[in-house]
Amino acid sequence: MRAAVITFPGSNCDRDLAVAFESAGADVVRVWHKDAELPANVDVIGIPGGFSFGDYLRCGAIAANSPICRAVVDHANRGGYVLGICNGFQVLTETRLVPGALIRNTNLKFVCKPVGLKVENAETDFTRGYAAGAEITIPVAHHDGNYRADDELLARLQGEGQVAFTYTDNPNGAAGDIAGVFSENRRVLGMMPHPERAIEPLQGSADGQALFRTLIEGFVTA
Amino acid sequence: MKARVHVMLKEGVLDPQGEAVRHALGALGFDGVGGVRQGKVIELDLPEGTTEETVTQMCEQLLANTVIEKYEIELV
Repeated sequence: MRAAVITFPGSNCDRDLAVAFESAGADVVRVWHKDAELPANVDVIGIPGGFSFGDYLRCGAIAANSPICRAVVDHANRGGYVLGICNGFQVLTETRLVPGALIRNTNLKFVCKPVGLKVENAETDFTRGYAAGAEITIPVAHHDGNYRADDELLARLQGEGQVAFTYTDNPNGAAGDIAGVFSENRRVLGMMPHPERAIEPLQGSADGQALFRTLIEGFVTA
Repeated sequence: MKARVHVMLKEGVLDPQGEAVRHALGALGFDGVGGVRQGKVIELDLPEGTTEETVTQMCEQLLANTVIEKYEIELV
């Protein structure tokens, strides 16, 4: 199983994300934002956290229009898997691969701490490793994680099982306490918390490990 | 020629930064400021003859996120 981790100028969680995929058994290739094509046989794309292009214009907006992102959108449209974390989630909203938008935290503060998450949909290839409704601890580190969706979209996401995770104690003002959302086909996941920073007990929590393990084991048994 | 693009959050979209500015104005003694909305102005230097349609495409593809933002184009 092959995972591609993309690096933009200003990405800073790309190596951690590569390590998380590798420790779960994936063969990882690193991809630069100026590449217009993905390496052959990529099953999963990881879009890491950080501050791509200095968060200029809007977080993720310039990265979403970089050459590699056209290949990411094509991969997703073919039914490929994409995981976007933090700035990667912002990039995914900007490409419209996941619905909604992310704006400045309501309290205007950069929040950097472990947070409690509830697994809202445990029937996807990303979340099957968790029990439905399980509470897990994963760190967040962001200034612009305030998820926005109008009432109609919010009702649809909640009704269709497109909400992946919610915060147990909302740190940023996100609508519906949403911490992560799926695309309609559940193969694209965008989330603000950093599961790659919680893959072994030394990091304070290993609750993120199941996400990578489940995703990658799905390919081994498929 | 130049174009000026005004980007604002849509009505009903929370504006935490505007709200902080409103509070700061109150603290300075400017009472009665009912609301503050903060947007951005983007000035573009363009080749003569660039159409508004082209600038609209720039807005749709990059300058504004139309999920939460609206924009107005001024050709000057």
